[in-house]
Amino acid sequence: MRFMMMVIPKGYESAAPDAIPTAEAVAKMMEYNKALQRAGVLLALDGLLPPSTGARVSYAGGKATVSDGPFAEAKEVIGGYWIIQVRSRQEAIEWAKRAPMSDNEVIEVRQIHEMSDFPADVQKAAGGFQHRNPVD
Amino acid sequence: MRDVAKTIEAVWKIESTRLIAAIARVTRDIGIAEELAQDALVTALEVWPEEGIPDNPGAWLMTAAKRRALDSLRRGRMLVEKHGEIARELELQQQHLGDALEHSLDQVIDDDVLRLIFTACHPVLSVEGRTALTLRMIGGLTTAEIARAFLVPEKTLGQRISRAKKTLSEAHVPFETPSGDELRRRVESVLMVIYLIFNEGYTATSGDEWMRAALSEEAQRLGRMLAQLLPNESEVHALVALMELQASRNAARRGKNGEAVLLPDQDRSLWDYAQIQRGMAALEQAQRLGGGAKPYALQAAIAACHMRARTAEETDWERIVLLYDALLQINPSPIVALNRAVAVAMVQGPAAGLDALDRAATLAGDSGLAGYHLFPSVRGDLLMKMGRLAEAREEIQRAIAMTKNLREQELLAIRLKQLEAALSA
Repeated sequence: MRFMMMVIPKGYESAAPDAIPTAEAVAKMMEYNKALQRAGVLLALDGLLPPSTGARVSYAGGKATVSDGPFAEAKEVIGGYWIIQVRSRQEAIEWAKRAPMSDNEVIEVRQIHEMSDFPADVQKAAGGFQHRNPVD
Repeated sequence: MRDVAKTIEAVWKIESTRLIAAIARVTRDIGIAEELAQDALVTALEVWPEEGIPDNPGAWLMTAAKRRALDSLRRGRMLVEKHGEIARELELQQQHLGDALEHSLDQVIDDDVLRLIFTACHPVLSVEGRTALTLRMIGGLTTAEIARAFLVPEKTLGQRISRAKKTLSEAHVPFETPSGDELRRRVESVLMVIYLIFNEGYTATSGDEWMRAALSEEAQRLGRMLAQLLPNESEVHALVALMELQASRNAARRGKNGEAVLLPDQDRSLWDYAQIQRGMAALEQAQRLGGGAKPYALQAAIAACHMRARTAEETDWERIVLLYDALLQINPSPIVALNRAVAVAMVQGPAAGLDALDRAATLAGDSGLAGYHLFPSVRGDLLMKMGRLAEAREEIQRAIAMTKNLREQELLAIRLKQLEAALSA
C-alpha cells in the first residue's frame, strides 16, 4: 500500500517567495531520505516552493477565479511530500515519526487510492485515461 | 492496547533487519542474532504497552538485545566456571564479545545488512530455506505470515527456518560479502530468491489475495533495497525494472468477475504509468552499467516493449523476437523458447510459430516441462489460426487436462467452446 506523507511546515504559509531551507536542514532531510531509500520504501519525493509564488483557482457558480499567493486565509500549507510503499498504516506513521521536523511542524499521512481497490464501474469510468503516454 | 501491538509490529518491520545485522556482525551467526533480536521484541511486547512506545524504538530494541546477549554470555560462563584455565580464557573472550556487541549496536552499517542478505540467500541452503529466511530476517515477516503466503502449515515453515539456521551454522557459512567470481554467483542467488518471492505473489492463483499482493510488494521493496546496497550491479537494477514493469499491470490483470485477463486483452489505461516510469528508469540504469545483455535486463527489455505499445497491435514483436533470441543464448530454457515461439508467430505468422514451438518442445524433451500446459495451449492457438480446427481442439483439451489452475482452465474452456462452435458450423 502506498502513502503520501505531506509536510506542513510552520510559517510556510507566509514565507517569502525566495525562501530556501538552510543547508543544515537539507542535510538532515537528506539523511532521512536516505533512510527511506535504504529501506526500499521510497517511491517519490518533492519539495514545493512557498505559496507566495503559487496561485489558487477557486470555483463558484461554474466560474473559476484566480488569486495569487500568499493566501491570507491559509493557516496550514504543504511544503513537500514523500510517497512511500509500506505494509501498513502503522508503518507509514512510524516513518513519519522518524522525520527530522522542528517544533509545531506537522506531517499528514494519507493512503493513496489504488485503482484495483475501486469497484468495477469506477474502474470502467476511469478507463481510457492514461496518466501519461508510455515512454520510450 | 491493540494499537500498541500494531505499532510494535510496524516498528519491528522497520528496525528488525538492521538490528539482526548489527548483532550478527558480532555473533557471526545469523540464527543466534535473529533469536536475540526476537528476545528484544518479546521484551518490547511486555514493556511498551505498560510504559508507552519509547522515543527511539530502534535504539531501545538494540539495548534490549544487547542485554539479552550479555545475559546469555554470563550464563555460558557459569557453566564452564569449574574448568579453571579454560574458563579464564573464555571469560576474556566473552568480555571482548560483550564490548564488541556494545560497539556494533551503536553503528549499524549497510555492509552488515548486505552480509545478512547474502547469508540468508546462501547456496548451501535449499531454495525454500533461502526464501523463508529472507522473508523472516530481511522482510520482518512472522513465521505465521510466511506460512500463510506459501500455503504451508505454520509448523512446517517453522521447521524449515530452524533447519536453514542449523545448516548455516553447521556449514560455518561466514558472515561476509563475497568478492570476485563468488560475488556474481551469490548475487544471482539473491536475485533468484527475490524474483521467486515476487512471482509467488504475482502468479499464484490460490491462497490469500491480500498476502499475495503483500509478497509481490515485499519483493519489490527488497529489490529497491538491494539496488541501494549494490548500486553497481546491473542485474539488481534490471530485476527491479522487471518487477516494476510486471507489477504495473496489476489492476488490468483481472476482469470484472475476477477472471484472468491476458496481456493483449488488457485495458492499458489501467496500467500504473508512474510505476512503468520507475521500471524504465531502472532498466536504463542497468543498461548504462553495461548489463543490457544479461538475463534480467533482457526480460525487462521484453516487458518494456509491451509497456511502450499504446495498443496490443502496436507491439514491436520483431524486437521482442530478437530479445528472446539473445535470452535463449544465455538461458536455453524451454519456457524462453516457448515465449519466443509466440513472438515469432506474431511476426512471421502461425506456421513459423509452430516450427519454433516444435523446437521449444524438443528442448523440453522428457523434462517435467513436457507436461507444461502452455505447450498444448499455444499449439492449439496457432493451429486454430491456421484453420486446423480439429487438431487445435485436441491440443486445447490436452492443455485443460494438464493445468490445475482454475482461472487458466476457464480461459481454455472458452477457447474450446469457440473451437467447437467453429467446427460444427
